[in-house]
Amino acid sequence: MINSNSGIRKTDVINRRMFIIGAAKVVVFVGIVARLFSLQINENKKYLTLSDKNRIREWKLPPTRGNIVDYFGNVIAGNLKVYQLHIIPEQVENFNYLLVRLKNLLNLSDKRIARINKLKAELKPWDSIIVSENLSWSQFVKINNYLYDLVGVKPVMTISRNYPFNDVYTHVLGYVSQPNEQEILENEIIQERFVPGMKIGKLGLEKRLENHLIGTNAIQRYEVNAYGKRINQLEHQKGEQGSKIRLTVDTEIQKACGKLLNEKAGSISVMDIYTGDVIAMYSSPSYNPNLFLFGISQDEWQLIRNNPLKPLINKTLSGLYSPGSTIKPIVALSALENKVIDTKFKVKCTGKMELYGQTFHCWKEKGHGWVSLKNAMKQSCDTYFYEVARLLGVDRLNITAEKFGLGKKVLGDYFDNEKKGLFPNTKWKKNNLGKGWVLGETLITGIGQGYTQTTPLQLCMMTAQIANGGFAVKPKIIVDSNPISYEDAKQSMESGLLFDTNSAELLDKKLFINQRNIKIVQEAMFASTNERFGTSYKSRIDDPKYQFAGKTGTAQVKRISKRERELDLELEQIPYKDRDHALYVAYGPYVNPRYALSIIVEHGGSGSKAAAPIAKKLFKLIIDRHDLRNKQSNFERITV
Amino acid sequence: MFQHDRLNNDITLFQKIKNLDYILLISVILLSVLSVFVMYSTDGGEILFHTKNHFVKLAVFFPLMIFVAFFNIKFWHNFSYIIYFIVILLLIYVSFFGIKSSGSQRWMDLYLFVLQPSELMKIAIIMCLAKYFHRIKIENVNSFTSITIVLSIIIIPIIFVISQPDLGTSILIALSGLIILWLGGMKIKYFIYSFITFLISLPFIISFLKPYQKLRILTFLDPDRDPLGAGYQIIQSKIAIGSGGLNGKGFLKGTQSYLDFLPEKHTDFIFTLFSEEFGFIGSVGLLILYSIIIFRIVRIGAISRSNFARLFCFGYAFAIFIYIVVNLSMVLGLLPIVGSPLPIMSYGGSSMLATMIGFGIVLSAKINHKQIIA
Repeated sequence: MINSNSGIRKTDVINRRMFIIGAAKVVVFVGIVARLFSLQINENKKYLTLSDKNRIREWKLPPTRGNIVDYFGNVIAGNLKVYQLHIIPEQVENFNYLLVRLKNLLNLSDKRIARINKLKAELKPWDSIIVSENLSWSQFVKINNYLYDLVGVKPVMTISRNYPFNDVYTHVLGYVSQPNEQEILENEIIQERFVPGMKIGKLGLEKRLENHLIGTNAIQRYEVNAYGKRINQLEHQKGEQGSKIRLTVDTEIQKACGKLLNEKAGSISVMDIYTGDVIAMYSSPSYNPNLFLFGISQDEWQLIRNNPLKPLINKTLSGLYSPGSTIKPIVALSALENKVIDTKFKVKCTGKMELYGQTFHCWKEKGHGWVSLKNAMKQSCDTYFYEVARLLGVDRLNITAEKFGLGKKVLGDYFDNEKKGLFPNTKWKKNNLGKGWVLGETLITGIGQGYTQTTPLQLCMMTAQIANGGFAVKPKIIVDSNPISYEDAKQSMESGLLFDTNSAELLDKKLFINQRNIKIVQEAMFASTNERFGTSYKSRIDDPKYQFAGKTGTAQVKRISKRERELDLELEQIPYKDRDHALYVAYGPYVNPRYALSIIVEHGGSGSKAAAPIAKKLFKLIIDRHDLRNKQSNFERITV
Repeated sequence: MFQHDRLNNDITLFQKIKNLDYILLISVILLSVLSVFVMYSTDGGEILFHTKNHFVKLAVFFPLMIFVAFFNIKFWHNFSYIIYFIVILLLIYVSFFGIKSSGSQRWMDLYLFVLQPSELMKIAIIMCLAKYFHRIKIENVNSFTSITIVLSIIIIPIIFVISQPDLGTSILIALSGLIILWLGGMKIKYFIYSFITFLISLPFIISFLKPYQKLRILTFLDPDRDPLGAGYQIIQSKIAIGSGGLNGKGFLKGTQSYLDFLPEKHTDFIFTLFSEEFGFIGSVGLLILYSIIIFRIVRIGAISRSNFARLFCFGYAFAIFIYIVVNLSMVLGLLPIVGSPLPIMSYGGSSMLATMIGFGIVLSAKINHKQIIA
């Protein structure tokens, strides 16, 4: 115990210093608890959110497009369940074996197989590869039968755009397809909602109304691990289908138009003369928009593209034609309005007219003799209208023609491929061609040749505005939020009080100076169809319920040489490209008119032979469906 | 003195068992059971590799602790220098022939398991210094020779460990050594001076750090500077702990760990998983359990008659405390990331072996608390 003293002192030192350490330990532990408290209690919400952000990933699914329906509610652009085939690479045991099996089952091309292999290399192993976007039912059944042998293959049901009436509405609706990069960048809504596999409108109303039709994405929430692999599904948030769009068109009439123009190039437009509703708008030939949904094959595309009847052109809106004699009602009206002529004014037709050494021929070589307005219109005497045009002058004619909608777009900005057409005047020629107007040009303008270019829908609207007594209509193809009923529209026009539903103002929509002149033109058009020697007399319907008034037109596509005139060839003897366009504009029923139409058959020959008979077949259907259409008063409020 | 010796040598096995510290023992058992459950959770709720191995290690090292406890504390006193020396040899061996893994060379293959000698050094240095301060006269503690010797005892192993490289363990070894110096009566002003010197030389020390170590410090100061790279671990760890809330997400329901957002969840970040699943209440509970263990060890030191036992217990209690503090501060974002396991809870054989041996010596001190060592 020599150093016991020192030992005790040492123990004291150790104990004292241990006490200091002990105190320090308590302080540090309290500090750690405080930190735990601040993280777990104070900032719990923040970290819970961060934790959820870590583990929850959202997947957007393609939105479901809104349906487009016709006036009666029939779906004309809808959505269809389609069967797709996906492969999930990480679940596949033997990828090459699987591809060989699928190739045999589905007849996949080598190109497709190469593409699948490429996708497999690019994607994460748990991302699914779409092998086929649209399996037929029999393929789907086949796959399901062999599913035990096809490990890693997933048959999927999804929704795709569908056009149940195939080619009937192609030029109105357009079609949808996969967007390209530029289309995604241009439209913010598409950009926001884009997911691979989504399709957007490429043409027509599908394109124009994209933002209404598109719909919102369904969202699936998955729990994912740190590597982004889906572990399990937490939630499915349904997307909202795009707005339903109701059009003014009638599928039955539209279909009939398609049948009547079968294997012909041309166009038929039908319009309600009071409301301006486009009842039908068919451009022939058409093509099947369903072909574009899953990528059109090269062969099918070439077939459409190289068709000499040009199915890709929407002839109703983009086709420009000389109106031919269908312009005569406007020429007559303009002359009457400007008091250049009256009903008693007569011209002697000898079959031709000489002016400054130039000969202007009437279609009837022998001439019509002395003709008044009514007879001239009835028999479509060219000489009479040469003379009237000469007296009237092109500038006054131009004013009337533009009033009735020529030279302007009919449906405004709904179709970007709609053309304005042209109705010339002296100023136009000076500005655009740099030459002065020649009187001879006035004469040919008077029979709808020369510079004048019109679209079929313009002619239809022109006729509608004559038929309704000379009032402006606002053509439309979409049923708007505050639609005016047929009766209201008619009544307001007849009473002279015109109510614009859009601006809620009373407007002067009178296109005439003296309504009597409109009546004269109407009577002349009636005679043309329903009186002996009328150009479309053969196509008349005597039943007053369906009786209609109209005007034929035959538009030359090239100058007729003297030789040809003497030969007087039959239609079949002329090469297709050189044959005249056949036109017909009409409205009916004559008493209480309701609808106007325009028909154009490209290279169909004379209007009375090729176009007017189509009207006869169509009018019965149009009038018969009027009551049905009128009953469809339960207007759905749709805002566009 | 001779008599005392004989007396204590006569303690029977029955008396030894009776004299074990049962509060400490039960706390260690509780901690061990808890660690198996947490390990089971890191395996995704299945008994897989980590759970099995952790259990096997516990099953081997827990009896080893009792075995160690049954040796007289005097035995451990006598062999302290030799043990220290052996561990130094192992460190030298490792620095030449050790197994390399992820850029550092710390391990040696013992066929049955892979040993990390630097973990054993955490205990050996306490034993060695405890013996030194036990034997030295209090008057000589602050002599030049003495200071040179004790500093050499600390610095030699640190040189080897730091060169492995293993900054975390070397800091823990240094702190374990320094605490004995403190307890042994080294002048307070020396500590103050060295601390000031350390602060002044800190910029130089930092310039000697390896790039990844500098990155860790930068990341600690601002974890968001590279959230997917260097800052990822600490950000994810804080998210896991913070999202645990008061009650935690529930056993086996920690989304951060389940979905693999947590790195190193078996080893250094085990507390993160625990805290996410058991929340604030569970975490404080775990801290209380650790506090009980530390307190019992301190108490055993306080009743020991020999200064060796006293110094060892106090030193070891402080070491355990430091391991916990460094580990928790790291996962809570209070310290830069340095590799340091949580005693018993973390997966890792060497750390558990060293911890269990430490507990064994403490228990030996308890059994022989009346033993006087000359």
